[in-house]
Amino acid sequence: MKARVFVTLKPSVFDPQGQTIADALHSMGYTGVGDVRQGKYFELELANKSADQARALASEVADKLLANPVIESYRVEVE
Amino acid sequence: MKFSIIVFPGSNCDHDAYHAAKHVLGHDAEFIWHKETGLKGADVVVLPGGFSHGDYLRTGAIARFSPVMAAVADFARGGGPTLGICNGFQILCEAGLLPGAMLRNRDLKFHCEHVWIRVDQTDTPFTALAKKGQVLRIPIAHGEGNYYAEPDVIEELESERRVIFRYCDARGEATDASNPNGAINGIAGICNAARNVVGLMPHPERACEPLLGSADGLVLFESVVSVLAAHGGAR
Repeated sequence: MKARVFVTLKPSVFDPQGQTIADALHSMGYTGVGDVRQGKYFELELANKSADQARALASEVADKLLANPVIESYRVEVE
Repeated sequence: MKFSIIVFPGSNCDHDAYHAAKHVLGHDAEFIWHKETGLKGADVVVLPGGFSHGDYLRTGAIARFSPVMAAVADFARGGGPTLGICNGFQILCEAGLLPGAMLRNRDLKFHCEHVWIRVDQTDTPFTALAKKGQVLRIPIAHGEGNYYAEPDVIEELESERRVIFRYCDARGEATDASNPNGAINGIAGICNAARNVVGLMPHPERACEPLLGSADGLVLFESVVSVLAAHGGAR
């Protein structure tokens, strides 16, 4: 199974990189782009057979290592 | 008195800390590779600066799972004086031995310069010989030193007087202009609730001799030596 983990800064946390990207897009003329938040994306190859197990395992490694709960939250997708 | 200096792959201020402890202060110092499981009779543990594991994923995120960190956590929770400098501070935060986390500097630049920091609290083993409000000139060298914690955690740190160092100007005023990275409340260093674990982004170990441009960092090391000596030396 494959799991995808999306890690993003919590809404309350200022993202200077996202802000800089938004500023660049605005200066390029993309006035229709509002706020930009930069995040991280992980693809995990998992030995699990069931989607539930894969989701649980991906969530566990996200909790332990991939995301820092002080500043980040995450979302898991499995296929 | 023995300083144990933890070495992770990518640590690069380990020798500076060793030099300060051994050659400037004249105490015993030993490097501890991160794969070790013991601290070799440490009286003081230093987690030095650098770029452990290349700062991959997040600063300190991988180092905090090194085998030696179980021993560091035991030492710290047992009251042993523990100092995290720069990347060491980041590792202590990731390990949960100190609260909060580091964000990218607000201007996205790596800052490598001397700054002023003010000693706000002296009841830690690393500031016991400093004067409250004393201003130190200490170098910083980091891209992720923008200290962040949830508002309730910041409130707790402030009310429990656990903000130990704050960025300031030469006169000791903590202004926004003197804050190099955007850290909340100008926080440069904090301690744990028991006050024995201290983390700071500036590098006192690089400011222990006048030849290096400042000897203001020496007070941190002299303080811990003095506090341990007052408690009967080696633990």
